[in-house]
Amino acid sequence: MDLFEYQGKQLFAKYGLAVPSGEVADTPEQAKAAAEAIGGTVVVKAQVQVGGRGKAGGIKLAKNPDEAFAEASNILGMDIKGHTVNRLWIETASDIKKEYYASVTFDRSAKKPLVMLSAMGGMDIEAVAEEHPEALARLHVDPLIGFQPHHARWLIYHAGIDEPAQKGVLDALTRAYEAFIGLEATLIEINPLIWTADDRVVALDAKVSIDNNALYRHPDLEALKESVTDDEQERMAHERGVTYVKLDGDVGIMGNGAGIVMSSLDVVALAGGKPANFLDAGGGSNAEAVATALEVLLSDPKVKSLMINIFGGITRCDEVAEGLLTALDKLGATLPIVVRLDGTAAEAGRAIIAERAPANVVVEPTMLSAAKRAVELAKEAS
Amino acid sequence: MSILVDQNTKLVVQGVTGREGQFHTLRNKAYGTNVVAGVTPGKAGQDVEGIPVFNTVRDAVEATGANTSMIFVPPRFATDAIYESLDAGIELTIAITEGIPAHDMMRVYTHLKRGDQRLLGPNCPGAISPGKATVGIMPTDVFTPGRVGIISRSGTLTYQISKEIGDLGIGQSTVVGIGGDPIVGSSFIDILQMFEADPETDLVVMVGEIGGDEEERAGEFIAANMKTPVVGYIAGFQAPPGKQMGHAGAIITGSSGTAQGKKDALEALGVRVGTNPTEVAEIVADTLK
Repeated sequence: MDLFEYQGKQLFAKYGLAVPSGEVADTPEQAKAAAEAIGGTVVVKAQVQVGGRGKAGGIKLAKNPDEAFAEASNILGMDIKGHTVNRLWIETASDIKKEYYASVTFDRSAKKPLVMLSAMGGMDIEAVAEEHPEALARLHVDPLIGFQPHHARWLIYHAGIDEPAQKGVLDALTRAYEAFIGLEATLIEINPLIWTADDRVVALDAKVSIDNNALYRHPDLEALKESVTDDEQERMAHERGVTYVKLDGDVGIMGNGAGIVMSSLDVVALAGGKPANFLDAGGGSNAEAVATALEVLLSDPKVKSLMINIFGGITRCDEVAEGLLTALDKLGATLPIVVRLDGTAAEAGRAIIAERAPANVVVEPTMLSAAKRAVELAKEAS
Repeated sequence: MSILVDQNTKLVVQGVTGREGQFHTLRNKAYGTNVVAGVTPGKAGQDVEGIPVFNTVRDAVEATGANTSMIFVPPRFATDAIYESLDAGIELTIAITEGIPAHDMMRVYTHLKRGDQRLLGPNCPGAISPGKATVGIMPTDVFTPGRVGIISRSGTLTYQISKEIGDLGIGQSTVVGIGGDPIVGSSFIDILQMFEADPETDLVVMVGEIGGDEEERAGEFIAANMKTPVVGYIAGFQAPPGKQMGHAGAIITGSSGTAQGKKDALEALGVRVGTNPTEVAEIVADTLK
């Protein structure tokens, strides 16, 4: 789960990591009130989960509450790389002496936390890593030992952090690691981590991702979960617990298991078609899961044909077939549906479809032939 | 031979009395796997169709000599179950459970690598040596005894590829699901190493997918260390680039992680890669000729 900047900063504050004081605003009026409460010059920041907000005009300085109102009016509703701005974070403007970069992430390759620090913050850190690899200090931490002060010192010296800021950065890194562990985050990224004119070290941005599998231990974080998508199918899938990603094609795809669904997208593309989505109904898909998944797929008007690709392991193909019939009964869909069933109870499943399914449902024997047929039918329908 | 599971497997099942645990335990047993014990705290003295239940893994090991454990307990208890299995000296732990928190697995992995025990999974379908033993949830009738080893991160895709290969009359020595989670106990390289040492495996199929750099690293291992031919498959060419937050992840993996990047990397190292499961089976047949 990815958090918004304002959520990340509120959590940082709980871990004692310094952040500029700020407030959330959903309207220009609220932005004005926030600016009044904070006092002085404020920054109006669009809350979207995408990089390049500043360049897109989503971050503006406001010298007084009226300017905050005006900037908020401009930014709210703005589209930043496909993300609509619905919320702002208003915070006190900082007097920046220098911008650093700090992160704690979960390194999938080393299977350990990785702490990174650079004195070249505020800019595109990927470019820094590429062009000045020596400027990005990296250190893996043994998760059974934890982040020790000598780790922080090593990073600070190797990143070349300015002497007056060193103590503040050491403290910030330690607290960022504590937040990483405490929140069960997969990423804590602070870019920039600033050294202020009055020699404080403050997190000016916050990117925080939380491990979904750990949310059961963090009911307070679970409550932060909000739908960040404007897409109807994605929202519907999210509400029903279906793993779904929308793509831009017209062949709807459903399968059981992420691997076989990804493979199905690939074979549809190889057959000259364009997949409309990724939908994993899950291993152990029962009739109900299939019906739910179909509802999501069929609600998308762009979908011209469906490919249902099931390889039964725990999943029983006869249950899938029953679920399909139930869903079609209820939804009354008429678009062509190509079904491929293999594995556990595949023959029973195919028999159910042959005997009782409406004419728009066809069975294909292999994954490749099913993909080819679904692509042809989508082309005929459009 | 074969690897990981065979006639010498003495299986204890953690979570044996749960609905899924019981179902798959009995299926494994029916296939011929030597299931010697089950563990459910508080249920010692009971049995599951003749399989004795113990309170702890250590009790089960002492009474039965179990050397392999299969974990079926829910995610919030599974981390403890893995540690319990390791502490009881189990040689091979196979964790089927899906949804174990990543921070737990970071610690488990670090602990695991300090010893020489083996962990398969979590979030994996298990392993099967056709005709000998199966531990896990794989649909056994897809597999036939033979000389091709299969390693995969995905369950259903493993069944698909095994069937495609089987349709060409080619059987498997052992089929291993290493699991789809970001941190799993055994990597492609760990299992490739075992297949390389197995005289009854003539070829290995490695089924990868997008994300991480395991496939690329496996490619380097294959080029440097393997005489047994390896055929690759990568799923996810059409997958949209993951909605990534921040850039720390991209710095670590560089350009790797995409299906195309993995395919290119493997091919550059001399590993043939099929573009779909059917083609993979054809390449396997062609290589074995």
